[in-house]
Amino acid sequence: MTAPDAGLPQQAAGGNMPAADAAAVDTVARAGATRGRPQPHAELGLTGEEYAAIIETLGRRPTDAELAVYSVMWSEHCSYKSSRAHLRQFAEKAPPTTALLAGMGHNAGVVDIGQGYAVTFKLESHNHPSYVEPFQGAATGVGGIVRDVLAMGARPVAVMDALRFGPADAPDTRRVLPGVVRGISFYGNCLGLPNIGGELAFDACYAGNPLVNALCLGVMRHADLKLAAATGPGNKVVLFGARTGPDGIGGASVLASASFEGGMAGEGGGRAEGAKRPSVQVGDPFMEKLLIECCLELYAAGLVLGIQDLGAAGVACATTELAAAGGEGAGMRVRLDSVPLRDASLGPAEILMSESQERMMAIVEPARLERFMAICARWDVQAAVIGEVTGTGRLEMTWHDELVVDMPPRSAAQGPVYLRPRQRPPGQQALQADEPSGLRRPQTGQELRSTLLALLAAPDAADKSWVTEQYDRYVRGATVLAMPQDAGLVRVDERTSLGVALAVDGNGRYCKLDPYAGAQLALAEAYRNVAATGARPLAVTNCLNFGSPADPCVMWQFTEAVRGLADACLALGVPVTGGNVSFYNQTADAAIHPTPIVGVLGVHDDVRRRLSIGFGLAGCSVVLLGRSAAEFGGSLWAHVAHRHLGGRPPAVDLGAERALAAVLAASADRGLLAAAHDLSDGGLAIALAECCLAGGEGCAVRLAGRLPGGEFAQLFGESAARAVVAVRPGADAEFSELCETIGVTAAVLGVTGGPSLKITGSFAVPLEELAAAHQGTLPALFD
Amino acid sequence: MTARVGIVTFPGSLDDQDAARAVRRAGAAAVPLWHAERDLRGVDAVVLPGGFSYGDYLRCGAIARFAPVMAELVPAARAGLPVLGICNGFQILCEAHLLPGALTRNSGLRFISREVRVRIQNASTPWTRDYAPGQELTLVLKSGEGAYVADGPTLSALENAGQVLARYAGTSPNGSADRIAGVCSENGTIAGLMPHPEYAIDRLTGPGDDGLGFFTSAVRVLAAA
Repeated sequence: MTAPDAGLPQQAAGGNMPAADAAAVDTVARAGATRGRPQPHAELGLTGEEYAAIIETLGRRPTDAELAVYSVMWSEHCSYKSSRAHLRQFAEKAPPTTALLAGMGHNAGVVDIGQGYAVTFKLESHNHPSYVEPFQGAATGVGGIVRDVLAMGARPVAVMDALRFGPADAPDTRRVLPGVVRGISFYGNCLGLPNIGGELAFDACYAGNPLVNALCLGVMRHADLKLAAATGPGNKVVLFGARTGPDGIGGASVLASASFEGGMAGEGGGRAEGAKRPSVQVGDPFMEKLLIECCLELYAAGLVLGIQDLGAAGVACATTELAAAGGEGAGMRVRLDSVPLRDASLGPAEILMSESQERMMAIVEPARLERFMAICARWDVQAAVIGEVTGTGRLEMTWHDELVVDMPPRSAAQGPVYLRPRQRPPGQQALQADEPSGLRRPQTGQELRSTLLALLAAPDAADKSWVTEQYDRYVRGATVLAMPQDAGLVRVDERTSLGVALAVDGNGRYCKLDPYAGAQLALAEAYRNVAATGARPLAVTNCLNFGSPADPCVMWQFTEAVRGLADACLALGVPVTGGNVSFYNQTADAAIHPTPIVGVLGVHDDVRRRLSIGFGLAGCSVVLLGRSAAEFGGSLWAHVAHRHLGGRPPAVDLGAERALAAVLAASADRGLLAAAHDLSDGGLAIALAECCLAGGEGCAVRLAGRLPGGEFAQLFGESAARAVVAVRPGADAEFSELCETIGVTAAVLGVTGGPSLKITGSFAVPLEELAAAHQGTLPALFD
Repeated sequence: MTARVGIVTFPGSLDDQDAARAVRRAGAAAVPLWHAERDLRGVDAVVLPGGFSYGDYLRCGAIARFAPVMAELVPAARAGLPVLGICNGFQILCEAHLLPGALTRNSGLRFISREVRVRIQNASTPWTRDYAPGQELTLVLKSGEGAYVADGPTLSALENAGQVLARYAGTSPNGSADRIAGVCSENGTIAGLMPHPEYAIDRLTGPGDDGLGFFTSAVRVLAAA
């Protein structure tokens, strides 16, 4: 499993590493003879207790190389030590399902979508690297998640991303956002993976902590599933792909340079030049493209017994996890001096911790090695046998024939588990009591009109083409829906039109007000977005972005969000297949809003029947599905018009979400609808505007005025479990009956067509004016 | 007899499967050709697909031009084998001097992925015969280095010889000289096109089927040969 972001404080700098000459290297023998030698465990992020546990496990002090392995493997990043106890709920509360072929704990979860196909998908953060170096940080974020999916045996077929930045007009956002977008564009486009959607929002809380969460979707046949385990003593351990260099050392985890030089390098005489290495990795998508094609050819030829991508903690992580997954008695012997290097001066600890990109590790039977190497050569991918699987139960590593690592692999792969203290933030009650009901609301038709245009132009709701036009959405020729649609939809089988829909959503404002409900609302929105294409939601992934786990208030937010998400997954019948935790998204005492990003995958039996958001056909009935209330806590309106955040988020009704999804799936199947769009930020008004702009037809609607708050509440309230649809001419009766049967409230608001968005009796806006407001914002900020 | 159209895969080719799909949709057989083999497998025409051959290292198309398969392709193309280079394929044809000019960084310095309107300027080549002169198409542009450049005399010569295959309708999205979206050899058999016709072959996955004509044109010409 690759891992969450480590904290920025821990990962700020690479280290001065020990010199590589064999004589200077700290061996197991030397460690046994110098038991009392002080080691920089604290600087490497290990507590005194953790260091003591390592000594107890080994029966001596760890070597420099072993200390490196434990420090990265027991980092928050790789061990999930603060979150693991809580993440268990995703398994304990998992709804009964037959769709899961591989669940949590693997590189990515694998879901059966029928017709012999399986898909795998996962979200992962690359937040901190993207702040330090936006272009490479975001690029390698894409590269990492693609390798996770590849390691399951699947062909990567699409990517998405969820992004958060500081205020859109802040100078630093002008540095970070264009770089991040360019990085995602560069890496994804060069890999030939369509970018089919995502989300982008701005808030001051992300100013020093932008979020870059990348998702990859892969497709395989059932039989192609690969697992990351080192089995069969005598089998070869092959490292292939890019050479290992000094990049990204400490990127994921825990190197603190000054102390490292004083400690680990002390005995061997540290490198004099004291070069500081960037902790952000550097990506080469061309290498990764070759690696993808090479791996798929290796899989097809049946040459791979087990496989693992190299992500955080590099060789240290891949070897310990492969060996640990090999079962009772499984071990591995690795010759670190056989690792192909880009920098010949690297020593064993550096090789173990390097996060050089575009590398994979495979377990290969000796009889198949020659064919394995031939396929690698055909793709110009360098491959080297660096060791063998053993039956000793030990992970042993040598450096020029001297033993430098000798440990039980599970002791590194299964880090400590902490139940950190948590506390409801002292201000939480006051925050919830600060209802938006007292804020001044627009009264007249003219004021409502201005409000609509202001929200539509606000960076959060504005047209995102400036970003998405830098992403190739067409490549692979299977993209049926992409931005600005509710969800991405890709065709999996050209003959049967089977497809997969994907949406990622999250709302930090809702989660700040109530992390339990906020996480459920994020799931509900992604679920609804997938359903709005006509697909059946099937499975969930997540990326949980939070502040420091050392802060009890952050831990409270985290545990509430996890509990909320697990409960909601059970209620909606969609299991969590995997995910990622990113802690330490915090600057000094100020944490980001708790921001769980939730990805939902759905299966579409016939992508030709997909629903899009665009009003492209005149004369359709515009129907609002679901019940509305005057809910404004955490709303886009309160945020944009008043810079206000308080009260409670919209009420969660998961039964209503299920019913709504059932209506959408059935009506897509029967061809009753010309368009469907979920309601979320900005409510009905923003949804209608997006429908008109996407399809080119206006609409005229009349609002009944039954809600407290009048037309304003109807237009901008953010009640969940709602969608607006355009019912095809002649299908009204059947659609209405369908809604009644399933139990979804349906209100006919008006009809599509005309050159403007018209709220009868209140105001009208020509589509050109809507478009100008919607499309001008991002180019004005970032061109 | 079914026409056989070769699709070359270089390391880093991305749109090869999509070019093959379009070729099949047009009624021809798609024959995979491998960059490292000096073998055209007897095909009747060749498509050089889009992508980032050899990682776009050095310059787009600059390394692909030296691939073993090109040693066969260049003389065959000069001898009349119809060749269509799309996007990176166009860049390779320019680097191989099979077409004049070069493709440089977009004027906005960003990758552009969007639907574009393109006007057919020369409808008499083997790749455009199914279109009418002046016909407007919606194709997909997705490139970072798509701005066509050539010196003044070359541009005039292209214009006069009917070698401007297609132009962007309206303003040039990427700063291409004279809004050029595609050019061809003097006899029209070698064609380079920056926007992608192979992503415009149906309404489900693209803007429509305007792009299919490039492939049906070739199939028709080959059938008549």
